[in-house]
Amino acid sequence: MLRSSAKETAAGYLFLLPNLLGFLVFTLVPVALSLALSLVDWDMLSAPKFVGLANFVNLLGFHTENGSFIPNDPLFWKCVGNTLFLMIIIPVEMMVALLLALAMNQKIKGVKLFRTLYFLPTITNGVAICLLWAWLYNYDFGLLNGLIIKLGGFLNLSFKGIPWLTSTVWSKPSLMIMGLWIAMGGYNMILFVAALQGVPRELYEAAEIDGADPWHKFWSVTWPMISPTTFFIAIMAVIGGFQGGFMQAYVMTGGGPQRSTTTLEYLIYNHLYSWQHVGYAASIAWFVFVIVFVITLFNWRFGGKLVQYYHY
Amino acid sequence: MVYRNILRKTFSYSFLIMGAVTMVLPFAWMVSTSLKSYSSVFIFDINEINWIPNPVYWKNYIDVWKVVPFARFYFNSLFVCITVTLAQVATSALAAYSFSRLKFPGREKIFFSYLATMMIPGSVTMIPVFVLMRMFGWIDSYKALIIPAAFSAYGTFMLRQFFMTIPRDLEDAAKIDGCNHWSIFCKVILPLSKTALATLTVFVALGNWVSFMWPLLVTNSLEKRTLPVGLAYFQEMYQYAQPDWGLLMAGSLVTMIPIIVIFIFGQKFFVEGIKLTGLK
Repeated sequence: MLRSSAKETAAGYLFLLPNLLGFLVFTLVPVALSLALSLVDWDMLSAPKFVGLANFVNLLGFHTENGSFIPNDPLFWKCVGNTLFLMIIIPVEMMVALLLALAMNQKIKGVKLFRTLYFLPTITNGVAICLLWAWLYNYDFGLLNGLIIKLGGFLNLSFKGIPWLTSTVWSKPSLMIMGLWIAMGGYNMILFVAALQGVPRELYEAAEIDGADPWHKFWSVTWPMISPTTFFIAIMAVIGGFQGGFMQAYVMTGGGPQRSTTTLEYLIYNHLYSWQHVGYAASIAWFVFVIVFVITLFNWRFGGKLVQYYHY
Repeated sequence: MVYRNILRKTFSYSFLIMGAVTMVLPFAWMVSTSLKSYSSVFIFDINEINWIPNPVYWKNYIDVWKVVPFARFYFNSLFVCITVTLAQVATSALAAYSFSRLKFPGREKIFFSYLATMMIPGSVTMIPVFVLMRMFGWIDSYKALIIPAAFSAYGTFMLRQFFMTIPRDLEDAAKIDGCNHWSIFCKVILPLSKTALATLTVFVALGNWVSFMWPLLVTNSLEKRTLPVGLAYFQEMYQYAQPDWGLLMAGSLVTMIPIIVIFIFGQKFFVEGIKLTGLK
């Protein structure tokens, strides 16, 4: 054991100082400030007005109108719905990532090339990707509608183009398809490959001796062995999902049509920047924080029980 | 058994190739569009989807630098990215040394508060920091783009975890040789942590290079915009008309090329870094 001395204390704080200063000014103090902001009504021009919990009442509260419950802020609940809806694609993203990882794990030639190709959307800046997809989804001149119409001609049917980003029916599925394309070969696939490589060989050998076919080997060895990774990816994806959708809304749809693609993150931006409702923006941010916190607690409390760990 | 192996490999290859084609087609269309002139983009013959532009219109790649100050955006992005990356890796490494090697009162409490903030959504701190930037008068300056991004709890945590694995015998030997903490840090810890430092560098650089919301909030003028924000601005110019998609795609590709090159060379660090995040 090292004995702590005055000299070591001084050194400790000196090494820590630059980071700690930044941490205090740009993380710790802001967390407290944002909680304070959520209790005020402020447009950044006039003096902030203390309103207590009014922002949260407005955000989460309901009132009765002709005997039915009406939310105080219907737009907020619509955005909660949009944010949740866009997360439906997460299991599909994970499934494709796992399938790609299983294929990558077969001592394949050209792993590096495949990985680079799958990684392209992850490493390129999101605005370029959003612009590319806005162009693919273009109603009159986009590649996707072109292919659909061509297919229609091939089958002697008159297919019409899909109003990908301009109809309330298609706007969310369009963003989800794009999300799948971005996410399927990204981080998650790499994490799955790493998990697959960590499964001890002797487990497979034991299963083979018991006469298990590949299907059984997957469900009774691979799947339980990689469950910690699967669980981790799912938790991270849900946490990310609650904070997502800003760039797509800003670049591709403007949050529309009819607010159908406005996520909580884009709503926060609108309140903060477009409408100067600083306090209200902070209260929505805290709503997201509480949800993320609950998910994290759930992860700590039950994560270990829902997955299986292998001990030598 | 051999038969089954061949079947499995065929299956894997066809699945991977299918995936690769799905990945590449949109990018191929992007390249194709970027080489078409304004009018020829809109000649969309249903029966003939033009993958190969005829004639090849290179001019988009020249025009894109003139229509919007792309060179300026490039410079801003490079400058901000390099400064932020160097600063963040340096402050993280210093703090990580302190957390992993030095004993002082309050260390555990401070470290715990670092850990506790890591799960806080970005928008919670972003709003007050944005307000702070306005109070400091830093809006539309490099300071707002660089300084708040120069510190990270995550980088500190990651390097601390790595430094913990370095055996203490090495620095005990250095101490006997009369080294102080600064020289142990520079001569023992840093040289042994090259992989971890490189991984963090790649991560920070990439994250900063693509960051969008923060630069969008704190910059107003074209002179201070970074590439992603500039690219979004470029598109907004066409708000009321059908955009010049050829030009837009050329601009998008110009922003993508350097990072693809970096990824191809730094792939190892990148893959290692992702695996590390999964081990938390």
